Amino acid sequence: MNVSLFLWVPLATALLLLLIRNIHLVRVVALIGSVIQAFLCIFLYFMYLKERARIGDAFMYFEQQFNWFPSLGISYHVGVDGISIAMMLLTSFVVIAGVLMSWRVEKMTREFFFLLILLSLGAYGFFLSLDLFLLFFFLEVAVIPKYLLIGIWGSGNRKYSANKLALMLMMGSALILVGILGLYFLSGKPGFDITQLKATDVPEKVQQVCFPLLFIGFGVFTALFPFHTWVPDGHSSAPTAGSMFLAGISMKLGGYGCLRVACFLLPAGAKAFAEPIIILSTIAIIYGAFATMMQKDLKYLNAYSSISHCGFVLLGLGMLTQTAYTGAVLQMVSHGLMTALFFAVIGMIYERTHTRTISEMGGLLKVMPMASVLLIIVGMCSLGLPGLSGFVAEMTIFTGAWQNNTILPRVATVLACMSIVVTAVYILRAVGSVVMGPLKEKYQSLTDMVWYEKWAAFVLLLGILIMGVAPGWLVALIKPATQLIMQKIQQP
Amino acid sequence: MSLEYLILLKAELQICLLIFFLLLLKITRTIPNEKLLPLIQLLLLANFVGGFFYNQSGDLFDGMFVSNTLIHLQKHILNLAVYFISLLFSGWFRRCLHLTEFFVLMLSALLGMYFLLSSGNLLIFYLSLELATIPIAAMANFELTRKRSAEAAMKLISSAAFSSGILLFGISLIYGTTGSIRFPEIPLLLDGSALQVMAFVFLVTAFAFKLSIVPFHLWTADVYEGSPAAVTAFLSVVSKGVIAFAFLTILYKVFQPFNGIWYPILLLLSILTIVAGNLFALRQQNMKRFLAFSSIAQVGFILVAMMGKSPESITAITYFVLIYVFSNLAAFGVMEIVAQHTGNENRNALKGLYKTNPLLSWVLALAMFSLAGIPPTAGFFGKLFLITAGASTASYGFIIFVALNLVVSLYYYLLVVKNIFMDDAIEPLEKIPIFGSAKLGLVLCAAGILLVGIFSWIYDYIAAQV
Repeated sequence: MNVSLFLWVPLATALLLLLIRNIHLVRVVALIGSVIQAFLCIFLYFMYLKERARIGDAFMYFEQQFNWFPSLGISYHVGVDGISIAMMLLTSFVVIAGVLMSWRVEKMTREFFFLLILLSLGAYGFFLSLDLFLLFFFLEVAVIPKYLLIGIWGSGNRKYSANKLALMLMMGSALILVGILGLYFLSGKPGFDITQLKATDVPEKVQQVCFPLLFIGFGVFTALFPFHTWVPDGHSSAPTAGSMFLAGISMKLGGYGCLRVACFLLPAGAKAFAEPIIILSTIAIIYGAFATMMQKDLKYLNAYSSISHCGFVLLGLGMLTQTAYTGAVLQMVSHGLMTALFFAVIGMIYERTHTRTISEMGGLLKVMPMASVLLIIVGMCSLGLPGLSGFVAEMTIFTGAWQNNTILPRVATVLACMSIVVTAVYILRAVGSVVMGPLKEKYQSLTDMVWYEKWAAFVLLLGILIMGVAPGWLVALIKPATQLIMQKIQQP
Repeated sequence: MSLEYLILLKAELQICLLIFFLLLLKITRTIPNEKLLPLIQLLLLANFVGGFFYNQSGDLFDGMFVSNTLIHLQKHILNLAVYFISLLFSGWFRRCLHLTEFFVLMLSALLGMYFLLSSGNLLIFYLSLELATIPIAAMANFELTRKRSAEAAMKLISSAAFSSGILLFGISLIYGTTGSIRFPEIPLLLDGSALQVMAFVFLVTAFAFKLSIVPFHLWTADVYEGSPAAVTAFLSVVSKGVIAFAFLTILYKVFQPFNGIWYPILLLLSILTIVAGNLFALRQQNMKRFLAFSSIAQVGFILVAMMGKSPESITAITYFVLIYVFSNLAAFGVMEIVAQHTGNENRNALKGLYKTNPLLSWVLALAMFSLAGIPPTAGFFGKLFLITAGASTASYGFIIFVALNLVVSLYYYLLVVKNIFMDDAIEPLEKIPIFGSAKLGLVLCAAGILLVGIFSWIYDYIAAQV
C-alpha cells in the first residue's frame, strides 16, 4: 500500500477547501476528506495484517524512500509499524470528530477547516516519517495551525495562550533540533534515516548528551513536568475542535517522538536517564491530579487531568519494560480518544450554557440527558473504570512498571496508582455537580445534542468502547513493534 | 580572444547596456512613468533570464576578474531580487519623479556588486565595493521632500566612507607585508605577523560595518527607516547578500590560513549580533526599523554558517540568501503597500488587515513564518541548513544558544501575525488597491516561499555549483 496517500488526501482536502466559496460545501468537503482518511487508516490496518502474515516480522512495512536533500543525507522516507498505525487510527477518529464538532463555526469557516486539516496533515506526516529531518519538518508544520486556531477562534485570553503555546513548543523543537544535529555529527554523519541510525552504534557519550535534549524537547509537547505550563492555557483558550486536536493528537506527537526517536535510537541514554524520567513523570501525575482538584473551569479541569494522564505515558517509557512500553502506547491512544470526547462534551455544554464554570451548572441531566450521560461515561473512562479504554491502558502500564523491580520504579508505581484515587475524587465531584442537583431556572430551555454532535460523540465513544471491551487486537498490533524497540534497548 | 572578453563579462555588459539604454531614453524622449515602468520590468526580466545563457568560467586581466559557476549563480540571485523590487514597489515607482535615474543608480550599484563578486584582487575589490555603495546613498536620498530621507543618505554615506577608509588601510597593510594584492597569492604569503593580523581585523571591521554586524550596526535602523522602502529593500536584501558572499570569499580564500583567528572572532560577533538584533527587534513599532533589526539577527545566523569552514557553508549561505530574497522582499512589499495607503509605517497599521485584505495578509504572514524559520516555508530549510553548516565545527552550547534564539525571534515575528489575524482594527481598513505588477510580485514571492524549500533540487543545484 502506498502510505504517501495519507499525506496526499489531507493535502488535497486542504487545497480544495481554499478553492471553495460556499461555506456549507466547505464543511462537507472537510468531512468527506477526513472520513476517506479514516477508511484508509482502517484499510491500512488490514493491509498491515496481511503484509505481516506474508513477510513476517519486520521493522517497518510499506516503506517508501526518495532522495530529498541527498548531499545532507536527508531523504523522504516513510513507512509504518504497529505503533504508527495505532496513532494514525487515533488521529483519524479525532479528526472526524473535530470536524463534526466545528460544524457551526461561523467566523472565517473556510480558514478554520483549512487549518484543522493542515494540523492533521502534520500529525499524519509525523507518524509516518522514518527520517529525522522529515519528522522534525512535520512536527513543526503543525505549529502555525495551532497558533492561528487558538489566536483567532479561541476564547478568553486567547492571544496570550496562543503565543505561549507557540513559543514553548518552539523551544521544545529547538532542543530536538540540537539533539538531532548532535546525533548526526557526533556519530559520524550516518544520515538522518532512522533505519540507518538504528544500526549505527552511537557512542555512549553522545547518547548521554543527545538523549536529554531529545527527550525534553519531545517532552515539552507531551507536558513533561516542568514544561507543562502551556497545556492549561492552550487547551482552555482553544476552540472546541482546537482543544480536541491539541490534547487528542498534538500531545501524542511528543510521546511518540520520545519513544521512536529518543528511547529507540539512544538506548544507553534511555537507561542512564530512566530515573529522572520516572521522577519527573511521577511528579506530573501527582501534581496534575491535585491541581485538577482545584479547578473550577471544566476545560482547565480536563487540561490538568491531561497533564496527569500524559504523565503515565512518560512513566511507562521510563520503566524500560516491554509491557510498560505497550501500555504507554495504549495510554496515548486511550487518552487521545477520551480527552477529545471530554473536550467535545465540554464544548457542547458551553455552547448552550455559555459558561464553563462548574459551580454555575447543575442538573443538566434533566435537559440534556445524552450529553450528560456522555460526560459521565468519559469521566468513568478517565478514572479508569474497567470496560472503558482508560482501564486497559493504565492497567498495562502498572503491570509493566511493576516488572521493574528496583526501589524507585516501585515507589513511583505505587504513587502513580494512588493518584487514581485523586482522579476519582475530582471526576466524580465535577461530573456530579454538572449533571446532578437542582436545575437552574435559566437552563430550563436547553436542548440536547444535535446530529453532528451525536456523530462526533459516536465516533469517539465507539473507539473508547472497542478499546475497552476488546483491546486484544490493539495490543497485538502494538506489541511486535514495542518488542523490537525493547530488543534494541536491552542489547548490551 | 575578444570573444572571450565578451562572454566572460557578459553579465556586466548586459547591465551596462541597460544603463546606457535608459540614459539614452531619458535624453531623447519623455515617457510617462506608467509606460516606462513596465518597460523597465521587462528589461530586468530579460536580464534575469538572459543571465542563464552562455556562461563560461575563466579569468581575465591577469586574474583581476574571475568568473565561475558559483559567481554566476550568485549573480542570478541578485538579478532576481532586482526584478522583484521593480515589481513590488510599482506604486512608489509610478509616483517617483525621476524614475529613470533611480533605476540607473540601482543598476550601477548592481554593476558594482557584480564586479565585487568577480573580483580577483584587492584593488578591483575595493573599487567595486565603492561602486556598489555610493549609488545606494544617492538612492536613499530619493524622497527629495522628506528630511529623513536626506538624513538616511547622509548617515549611509558617512558610515560607508568610514568603513572604506578602514578597508583601504587594511588593504595597504596587506600589500605592505605580502607585496601582493592578488587573491590566489596572498594566502601563500601570509605568515601571521602582527601587522597582517591587524590588517585582517581592519578588513573584518569594514565588512562588519557593511553587513551591520553588532557592534557596528548603529547606522542600520536609521538608514532603513529614512530611506524609501524600495531602497531599504535593496539595501537589506541585495546589498547584504552580496557583502555576505564577498565576505565568504575573503575569509575562505584570502585569509584561509588565518582560520584559527577568525573562528573566535566570528563566534563572538555572531553571538553579539543575534542577541542584539533579537532584543532590539522585540521593541520596534516601526515596521522598517523592525525589519532592520530582524535583518541584523538574520546576519548573525549567516555568521553561524560561516564558522563551518566547509563547502556546505557556502551552499547554505547562498541558499539562505536566495530564500531571504523571497521572504524579506515579500515583507517589505506588503509593508510598503499598506504604508502607502494608510500613511502609517507602524506595526499597528496592520491590525485587522485580514478582514479586508486576505492576499496581503497571507503573503505577509508567510514572509514572517519564513523569516522565523517555520515549515513548510522555505525559511525553515534556509535556517536549518545554516545551523547544520555551523554545527559541524561548533560546540553544543553555542548551537543550543542559536536554536533558542530562534524561539526569541519567533516571538516578534508572531507579533506581526497576531496584528494581522487576531487584533481588531482601530478604524476599519478598506480594501487596499494593489497594482497588477505588485500583485504579481507578491504572488511570485509567496510561491517562492512555499516551494523553494520543498523542491530540494534547488539546494542540490547550488551545492553542485560550489
